Amino acid sequence: MTSETVGGHKVIRRGLVVTGLGLLGLALVYVLALQFTPVERLQGLPQKIFYVHVPAAWSALLAFSLVGIASILYLWLRDPRLDLFAESAAEAGLVFSLVMLTTGPLWGKPVWGTWWTWDARLTFTLILFFLFLGYRALRGAVSDPGERARFAAVVGIMGLVLVPFVHLTVYLFRTLHPQPIVLKPSEPSLPWEMLRTLFASLAVHTILLTGFVMTRYGLGKRAQLAGGDDAG
Amino acid sequence: MGEFLRGALAVAAKDIRVEHRSKTGLVSAIAFAALVLVIFNFARDAAAVSREVLAPSVLWITFAFSGVIALNRSFALERENAALDGLLLAPVSRSALFLGKYLANLAFVFTVEAVTLPLFVLFFGVDLGGALIGIGATAVLATTGFVAVGTVFAAMTVRTRFAELMMPLLVLPFMLPPVMWGVQATARLLAGRPLGEIGGWLRILGLYDLVFVTVCLLLFPALMDE
Amino acid sequence: MVGPNGAGKSTLLRVVAGLARPSAGTVLIGGVPLVRDPGARRSIGLLSHQSHLYSDLTAIENLAFTARLYGIPDPPAAARAGLRAVGLAERGDEPVRRLSRGMIQRVAIARSLLHSPRLLLLDEPFTGLDPRSSEQVAGLLGREREQGRALVLVSHDVHESWDLATHVHLLVRGIWASSGSREETLDQFLRRYREVLHG
Repeated sequence: MTSETVGGHKVIRRGLVVTGLGLLGLALVYVLALQFTPVERLQGLPQKIFYVHVPAAWSALLAFSLVGIASILYLWLRDPRLDLFAESAAEAGLVFSLVMLTTGPLWGKPVWGTWWTWDARLTFTLILFFLFLGYRALRGAVSDPGERARFAAVVGIMGLVLVPFVHLTVYLFRTLHPQPIVLKPSEPSLPWEMLRTLFASLAVHTILLTGFVMTRYGLGKRAQLAGGDDAG
Repeated sequence: MGEFLRGALAVAAKDIRVEHRSKTGLVSAIAFAALVLVIFNFARDAAAVSREVLAPSVLWITFAFSGVIALNRSFALERENAALDGLLLAPVSRSALFLGKYLANLAFVFTVEAVTLPLFVLFFGVDLGGALIGIGATAVLATTGFVAVGTVFAAMTVRTRFAELMMPLLVLPFMLPPVMWGVQATARLLAGRPLGEIGGWLRILGLYDLVFVTVCLLLFPALMDE
Repeated sequence: MVGPNGAGKSTLLRVVAGLARPSAGTVLIGGVPLVRDPGARRSIGLLSHQSHLYSDLTAIENLAFTARLYGIPDPPAAARAGLRAVGLAERGDEPVRRLSRGMIQRVAIARSLLHSPRLLLLDEPFTGLDPRSSEQVAGLLGREREQGRALVLVSHDVHESWDLATHVHLLVRGIWASSGSREETLDQFLRRYREVLHG
């Protein structure tokens, strides 16, 4: 076993440990949310999905930024590890945006009667989801590793540049099409117990993101060393 | 600077000449746009939704999709006989190559839009009134932005598997902002609002153009490396 | 440059032409490192398997475009001169699509020589040519060599290019197996070639 192989396995192990911690934390957050956080008066029990829904969006956006930054660094330094990192972050981001997009309707239907609303956060994350998907699809369609890394990096950077414009578009769209009067306990008028649970969940989701990225990175490294790619 | 422009203009002129020679690309793109307009007409429940309400959306969706179709051919023509290698061998910077391709694509897409707009007016019974200038300005600004992005993605996807699918998948999220802003501006103009009122929309369209043309110019060379 | 398929000859030409980045090492042309900037590409011409021509355009239009890319003054005149040099002046106004393989090869040669590069790289220039076209191309290249232009000619068939060569290099699986000025006869070389291949 070369030192690189050992290194690859180490990363996977560490990544799994972090992921394990994150999942443990998630279980604790569930307990916190269900037992130790007040039930929202108007929405009832379904509102508690919020404690997963919002942090998942946060993780997706964080992952997206990581892809963008890694892409910029890759084009500058041309280190293939940066490319692998971007690939890992993109996959994690895809997962989190899916979580967010599925918890949204699960929350929406019982509370507001509709499966989907074009609210700012859902819409924004939906577009992030498509960008992640496009990034992944492009990676799958290019066979040469060097070319794949360069092309993916360009898409990653352009996606990052697009984000502020999407944010602006979604914001403008929402002001032009005001949502029916709904309660959005995302505004800072949350009681302290809810804020506490939200922050705890945000921290846990960040840990989970780190764990996913590390594990995925390690797995990717191992696949490369097993002869998947011939790139150095 | 002079050399940069010279190279870019030579590439642009060549692209236009090649297209002019066969014309199939242009004719197909225009036919596609016309068909999209026709489908929209049949896809509408005339009793429920008036043409006026749908008009801005129809125009911009048509622009968006026919724009994507038009951009696909941009690098396809460089594949035959490895013509792209010929371009890369020349003492012309990669950014100048991008500029040339971009300008030719702009000319192409503008032409398609210039034919689509009268067809749109015809099919949807739209009363342009004084809105023509405003809509024209909006279209120019929006197109300037998404064609830059599309040129980069066309260069990338031309050699990938499922190129015709990859291109739209990648480029459509980037068209969301210009299309949304374009629709908003167009809707106001068609409702008779003065040009001054859509200044905000034109400004963010301009900002989008500035940002993305610059980013594309800077990133394109990375695509052409080996 | 001779060698079996897969030896890396085409890749080497692409690296020298500046189309591919080497994973290690530097290219020196006339002792000067090949920097990856546009200006450096001016001293190199490449003739590869593909013609780099636009089939819908005429030979004149293709060459005039090349002239513009290289900043050559009066592109149409340069294009006509280039075509005359390869004996295709009368077919200049036809779309390249309608020319025969041999003629396309000659237009491609004209294209690669248009800017008078110091170094001309040729990747299998005789492939797919009938004997008459082969002769014409060999004559052309010989004349270029007489006029002092450096040629690097890659071939897997030694016979065609043996007379043109002043130096012969043998590349096998990415490694130089032999390199030097051409002092032996063709038969001697072929014997050595076979030995290296089976060794």
